[in-house]
Amino acid sequence: MPFTYEGQLSETTVITGHAGDQIEAYFARPLGQIGVPGVVVIHHMPGWDEWSKEVVRKFAYHGYAAISPHLFSRHGPGRWDDVAAAARAAGGAPDDQVMGDVQAAVDYLKRLPYSNGKVGAIGFCSGGRQTYLAACKVNGLDAAVDCWGGRVFPRPEERAPGQPVPPIEFTAQMACPLLGIFGNDDANPDPDQVNRTEEVLKQHGKTYEFHRYDGAGHGFFATHRPAYRPEQATEAWGKVFAFYEKYLRS
Amino acid sequence: MCTWINEKTPVTAHGKGVSDWIPLTTANVYYDHPTSAPLDHALIIDFLNEAAGPGARVAVELSAESARALIRAIETTLEAGVHACGESKPAPAVHIH
Repeated sequence: MPFTYEGQLSETTVITGHAGDQIEAYFARPLGQIGVPGVVVIHHMPGWDEWSKEVVRKFAYHGYAAISPHLFSRHGPGRWDDVAAAARAAGGAPDDQVMGDVQAAVDYLKRLPYSNGKVGAIGFCSGGRQTYLAACKVNGLDAAVDCWGGRVFPRPEERAPGQPVPPIEFTAQMACPLLGIFGNDDANPDPDQVNRTEEVLKQHGKTYEFHRYDGAGHGFFATHRPAYRPEQATEAWGKVFAFYEKYLRS
Repeated sequence: MCTWINEKTPVTAHGKGVSDWIPLTTANVYYDHPTSAPLDHALIIDFLNEAAGPGARVAVELSAESARALIRAIETTLEAGVHACGESKPAPAVHIH
């Protein structure tokens, strides 16, 4: 009787990030598969947490090699949450540094001998913002998924020193299709900011899909928080995988 | 013992401890997704000894309502305590020659 085999490897590794720095990264891949697309998972401001690593493994389960660079690695060594607190106290990770780390993660995935040569990115919250930026600034990305990234179109008071130019201003340089997932009850980005971002994408003739969900707010994928909305999250995850199937496997 | 002043408030919160008392030099206060508390957002206070590395951290994550209750409890306790005992002052610096 034939049985189905499923397996995956998941582990911490080290990659050479921005400015040649050695940084931690969490990596997972399916076992026994070739022609595997890659996904870079960009964690949110609270850190390189358990949920971010679950997302990496989720992509491996679905047949992708995935990696999440630890954007706060330079503030370690230490527990990820302590390191995140230190990074926050230092003003967070500057955009240029994050883009360098994401570039390193993209290059890492493309070099894997079982890669199909295509790599996407996905980020949540602040990582969504960084994903939008990566779609404009990182070489070799084939698809990008911004999940409720705030400050893509920031208000003047939302500018931060390490974020000198809002991502929206780089839209002309966006070099890959973008998928946006948003909750209509979110305050950051609020529906008006999402609409304004969409207008700019249209003006520049970019390939994008935006999906807005009623009854959902910020971070509605997070199964361990009250904001979790199972119906909307299930549908939106379906949009993510359909998008990647289209742009990373075809 | 100076006073029995003790404001008690129920809290919805998670806390992170360390194995022993540590000197603390900084408190960072922010409002974001918590690490441990099952809340969408929390008022988070990190008491730190930055010179001792990122692990020298006593952290609490409070619901917004709990944080407001804690502020009230601190203000009540502080006012009564200072009235009864005076300001708390650090020991004068000692210069050893």
